[in-house]
Amino acid sequence: MTRSRGKAGHLSGYAFAGPFLLLYATILVYPLLLGIWLSFQRADLFGARTWVGFDNYARLLTDPTFHQSVLNTFVLALLIVPPLTVIALLLALALNRATRTAAVFRGIFFSSSVLSVTIVTLIWRFILTPDAGLVAEISQVLGREPLPFLSHPDLTIPSLAITTIWWSLGFPIMLFLAGLQQVPPDIYEAAALDRSSRWSTFWRITLPSLRRTLVLVIMLQTAAQLQLFGQAQLLTAGGPSGASRTMVLFIYEVVFGRWDLGYGAAAAEILFLLVLGITLAQYWAITRREAER
Amino acid sequence: MSAAVSRNRLPIAATAGLLLGAAIMVTPLVWTLLLSFKSNAELMRDSATAFSAPYTLENYRSILVGSSVSRWLLNSLIVSLGTTAGVLILCSLAGYAFARLDFPFRRTLFVFVLLGLAVPEQAVILPRHQFFALLGLHNSYPGLILPGLVAPFGVFFMTQYFRAIPRDLDEAAMLDGASRFTLFWKVLLPLTIPAQATLGVFTFLGSWNDYWWPLISATTSDRFTLTVGLASAQMNYAQTSGLGFLMAQAVFASIPILIVYIIFQKQIVRAMAGTAVR
Repeated sequence: MTRSRGKAGHLSGYAFAGPFLLLYATILVYPLLLGIWLSFQRADLFGARTWVGFDNYARLLTDPTFHQSVLNTFVLALLIVPPLTVIALLLALALNRATRTAAVFRGIFFSSSVLSVTIVTLIWRFILTPDAGLVAEISQVLGREPLPFLSHPDLTIPSLAITTIWWSLGFPIMLFLAGLQQVPPDIYEAAALDRSSRWSTFWRITLPSLRRTLVLVIMLQTAAQLQLFGQAQLLTAGGPSGASRTMVLFIYEVVFGRWDLGYGAAAAEILFLLVLGITLAQYWAITRREAER
Repeated sequence: MSAAVSRNRLPIAATAGLLLGAAIMVTPLVWTLLLSFKSNAELMRDSATAFSAPYTLENYRSILVGSSVSRWLLNSLIVSLGTTAGVLILCSLAGYAFARLDFPFRRTLFVFVLLGLAVPEQAVILPRHQFFALLGLHNSYPGLILPGLVAPFGVFFMTQYFRAIPRDLDEAAMLDGASRFTLFWKVLLPLTIPAQATLGVFTFLGSWNDYWWPLISATTSDRFTLTVGLASAQMNYAQTSGLGFLMAQAVFASIPILIVYIIFQKQIVRAMAGTAVR
């Protein structure tokens, strides 16, 4: 910026950025701080407040319902993120070509990601439910009893995982495809000259070139799945008896079912720290690799 | 698609896997579509009747005549379009300021906005609910739209885009005596249309599919968005509506978003590529 415009620049800078910054401060920063403050209160939805220090956090530490929801959330993330990453990578490798067929397939694999969680769960409810679902109809044709996917304690979490993988494939595939486009073609030509096999080309060239994308996909997905909510709320209602209750569903039930706002806020802060940790880990993993170069 | 595209043929196993995967993706959608064209009474007896005629448009007629679904659709359109317009305006203004103007604390404020990218919705949604209750904003369009307007990624995205525009353009326009706002509005903004399209499509998709916030903010049926309305219909399905009707609602609610997806496929793919390269 040249010096002659200095003064006017001051004013217009705030005129242009001001509206956003104002909303940012009131709708994001203020609630963020309010949330931290609330987590130290005994507070209900209707405005009663008492300072209780770390009481809410101490209660969380000894609350088996919360423990189970944390465990469920991690099991879900573990059942979702690795298969999702591997399947998406394989599909991206297969679809990374300029043919019209590949474009159609890319469209198919991405289509589910534009649907809302409500529609996805509606669709999968009537795939999985034993009384009218597609899987039940198929099992009947095969002469088997339909499995209670949405009500058996051992089956609800896998059902949520399958639904989520089906829903979330599109984005990682697109990220991997974009990553593959960044691999310089001359490396492949060199490999072809070396008569390197498809397998060793993948391990020696493709995978190392995709490391950055791989980290991005794993971290984005982990952060997203730790916040899994709609599927659990709508498909299984967290049941049976909490077997598929996730952390966010726990928070939702505590606040909007038991009106215990302070307690819910404390649980939300713990989730926030987990997600923040993962974001920082991603940042670290990417920058460290760049520093190595 | 450019250079790094592989030209060799896929091995048979890979082709088989691809076809199987595509079948798994498509089957649930086809099943939903079939169910939506069946009469509720027939499905009540046996949902396998979905595989055979007679099919009917009755469920779609019930949606258009005397159900709340059209109202929810209207609400979703108002909220999503309002959010999209707001995000584009706010992020363009802020992006221009951060990219081009010199003002005190510019860098600090930019970093401060970027930190917002690391804040998950869970950390703010409960206190925001409290705050909005205090302001009496629940069950209103502003209450549904405002949270979506805080888009740190949009500001980052637009700032990067404005930075990439050569400064010669500004200098030339300034020499012609253009005011700062004219420069922004008439010269620079038209150049950012591709970025506007990308950010716009993503904001629209995100807003249209948002569930958590409208679930707790809109509690009366006339303010439900489609996602919340369909969730309530899904929960009450046993007592009230039939299976075919429910699935017709799902199809009906997906149509607008599928249209957006088909029209803006290019922008979506380009934006994804951008995320990966960043």
